[in-house]
Amino acid sequence: MNVVLELYRQDPTSTGEGEFKRYELTLEPTDRILDGLIRISRDMDGTLSFRKSCAHGVCGSDAMRINGKERLACKTLVQDVTEKEGDVVRIEPLRHLAVQRDLMVDQQVFFEKFRSVKPFLIPKDEVQEKERLQSPEERALFDEATKCINCSACYSACPVLDDNPDFIGPAAIVAAARYVFDSRDQGLEARLDVLDSKNGVWPCENHFECTRVCPRDIKITKLINLTKREIKKYREARGEKTAEE
Amino acid sequence: MVYEFDAVIVGAGGAGLYAALEAGRTAKTAVISKLYPMRSHTGAAQGGIGAALGNVEEDKPEWHAFDTVKGGDYLVDQEAARILAEEAVQTVYDLENRGLPFSRTPEGRIAQRRFGGHTRNFGEGPVHRSCYAADRTGNMILQTLYQQCIKNDVHFFDEFQVVELLLDGTRCTGVVVFELKTGEVHIFRAKAVLFATGGFGRMFRITSNAIANTGDGPAVLARAGIPMEDMEFFQFHPTGIKGMGILITEGVRGEGGILLNSKGERFMERYAPTMLDLAPRDMVSRAIMTEILEGRGVRGDREIDDWVMLDASHLGRDVVESKIPDIADFCRTYLAIDPAEEPMPVQPTAHYAMGGIPTDVHGRVDTGGTIYEGLYAAGECACVSVHGANRLGTNSLVDLVVFGRRAGKHIAEYVQNVSHGPVDEGAAKAYEARVAQLKTEKGKHPGPIYREMQSVMTAKVGVYREEGQMLEAVAAIRKLREDFQEVRVQDTAENFNTEVLAILELENLLDLSLITAVSAENRQESRGAHSRPDYPDRDDEGWLKHTLARLDGDKVSIDYKSVDVGIWEPKPRVY
Ligand SMILES: Cc1cc2nc3c(=O)[nH]c(=O)nc-3n(C[C@H](O)[C@H](O)[C@H](O)COP(=O)(O)OP(=O)(O)OC[C@H]3O[C@@H](n4cnc5c(N)ncnc54)[C@H](O)[C@@H]3O)c2cc1C
Ligand code: SF4
Ligand code: FES
Repeated sequence: MNVVLELYRQDPTSTGEGEFKRYELTLEPTDRILDGLIRISRDMDGTLSFRKSCAHGVCGSDAMRINGKERLACKTLVQDVTEKEGDVVRIEPLRHLAVQRDLMVDQQVFFEKFRSVKPFLIPKDEVQEKERLQSPEERALFDEATKCINCSACYSACPVLDDNPDFIGPAAIVAAARYVFDSRDQGLEARLDVLDSKNGVWPCENHFECTRVCPRDIKITKLINLTKREIKKYREARGEKTAEE
Repeated sequence: MVYEFDAVIVGAGGAGLYAALEAGRTAKTAVISKLYPMRSHTGAAQGGIGAALGNVEEDKPEWHAFDTVKGGDYLVDQEAARILAEEAVQTVYDLENRGLPFSRTPEGRIAQRRFGGHTRNFGEGPVHRSCYAADRTGNMILQTLYQQCIKNDVHFFDEFQVVELLLDGTRCTGVVVFELKTGEVHIFRAKAVLFATGGFGRMFRITSNAIANTGDGPAVLARAGIPMEDMEFFQFHPTGIKGMGILITEGVRGEGGILLNSKGERFMERYAPTMLDLAPRDMVSRAIMTEILEGRGVRGDREIDDWVMLDASHLGRDVVESKIPDIADFCRTYLAIDPAEEPMPVQPTAHYAMGGIPTDVHGRVDTGGTIYEGLYAAGECACVSVHGANRLGTNSLVDLVVFGRRAGKHIAEYVQNVSHGPVDEGAAKAYEARVAQLKTEKGKHPGPIYREMQSVMTAKVGVYREEGQMLEAVAAIRKLREDFQEVRVQDTAENFNTEVLAILELENLLDLSLITAVSAENRQESRGAHSRPDYPDRDDEGWLKHTLARLDGDKVSIDYKSVDVGIWEPKPRVY
């Protein structure tokens, strides 16, 4: 079918606003939007810049806003975002991160926040034997959080970041939850200074936008609330106040 | 700019990261990666990592080593396979200790599942050997290793693409690197360089490989005159999503999924009576192609793009959602199918390069006679060779961590006792001139060449390949390499010029396609993934040897290297 991809274009050297450019092409309804972008860059306009790699939704390279919603271009089929012949699909870069060029954004801030929560195992105790034991139930507690591919879709969709760019954002909390709820890890304590701070978990206002856009179907808002509860529990037990209070 | 490090690791997938963790303990180390590390294709690996932990039933590294050798149709170097199987056990524990969230048995141990070609007691029947984290084992490995690198402050150069090797005779002295953000060309001087650039399935049309899997490492080395080993052995995984090639892990069959033809027959009963759907991949792919070519594919037109069905619906929703959730998600997204209810349409998909840069068991580049000092390779781009003519499922992830670690260790020691070699700093200027030339004049778009290369390789150097077809492929690829000279970069920008890099990647794929097609045409036997109807049998007398193919302009010259068969005598391969 014929579709029009209306793409945000911004020069790498310009600091100002970019512009939209339209490309008409024929795609199958079951083609990915990413297939369309690749076709444009290889056959029509080599200057179009975007990131991509795995092409099936597991590497996190190609999150962008497609018809206003954060999605992975490789996990969005043409038929998901069009209704009829000749429909226009508008594609823009993610929000809350600086545009480098066209659909590429600078993820540095995103990754700095990710790193700030110490996203690695801080072991509780020395390994006694071959592997640490962990029951399937304990393992299930943090399963969702291991699915994150750091695509930044949630970071772009989060309304809190509109007003407070210093909020660590949904994905960093997911990364923290990955370890906070892992029975092998020291958990909360090691990450408290970041999580229980002004720009840690507390700015979240339960808009659920992150959960709505996450291409890995992570129930992000729920994880944030579980983390908040864990912090409250921890502080209460010590007669301390959380940074929220 | 000229950077100077003791060790440079090219690639941030499982192999590169593990090597960096090891080398970085003592040596000043940089990791250069064209992708952000977490985007590496190790993250796509689904089914598991093989190790004889024996958590579910009795198992031994010796059985694992034997399966690896037999699975590879005896083209495996047996001492290397022994090391692989033995060190796998400790390496998997090590990954767990570093935080990898493996799925668990009821006793809380690392869970294990069955996988193709992995057997108990030298072939008696399938064994639970694949350690897994649901169906995203690779992603968990990649995350765990990357997170450990963050913890250990490893120095990363992200979105830096290596384009040339610097050699002083047979000693490696550094690499030439293109930086995406600025368009600058840098020199990285190093005492040791490890290539861990991953696979090159993108030379085929239907593939499970990432768009970034363009074989840059092997191509760069090939152009520097280093021969490539066993390039004719490319694995076609039996179950890719019809038309797209996206992988459906063998774990689905490990959990009990079965393959069906258009008549609803479980056809593997006819091809591998003992192992059935869990026979090695080359056999299952051939069985599928035979069903298709004999008219029992779903469409029934005997064309190579027909397909068969993989049924997991009898496993029940619980198993599907807990053991293969990502697969279920892919099916819903791309096929609008729920695998808990309906079978999945599948066809063989180009998956894994058994061949690549020849190395010894320390990761040193070793072409049989010559060891290239300071030059290492590990992971899918390397050929140790532990996979021989056909890799077993779960053995690549083992290969990455076992040999990535060994190479890292060796590098750490090696760099202590040597100084930096001489580099020609003019090499950066020369490469800048090459890029500038690509940007001058108007020329062709790369798209048509890309598509033609992929169609040719898929149709003529696929699951089955014959003399005539392969000769046509060689001629066609030669022609495409000529046409490539007319391709030009439209984008004149310096910053974030992704087009320059994409075109250099196409060049790499064309070079490797040529080497692959020539190596395939040259080998007159059928072994593992290399199946020739015109030479249907394995010929140990004539061909129990590794191919070494050297690229020289538009020619490829062939030489050989012996296979280590020191432990098990080659036998016919039945399952
Ligand atoms: C879909 C899928 C599922 C799989 N499942 C399994 C499984 O269950 N079990 C198993 O054992 N194996 C599996 N495999 C195989 C296995 O995942 C791969 O062989 C392995 O991950 C390759 O790892 P690597 O470290 O060699 O390379 P990769 O992970 O591909 O990493 C390559 C790295 O090199 C970098 N790079 C490439 N070129 C350049 C350049 N020019 N300059 C700088 N950097 C460069 C990239 O940025 C990247 O960081 C699977 C493969 C696929 C495709
Ligand atoms: S939580 Fe979801 S949306 Fe956010 S970065 Fe991770 S995968 Fe992307
Ligand atoms: S290209 Fe990997 S997530 Fe889309």
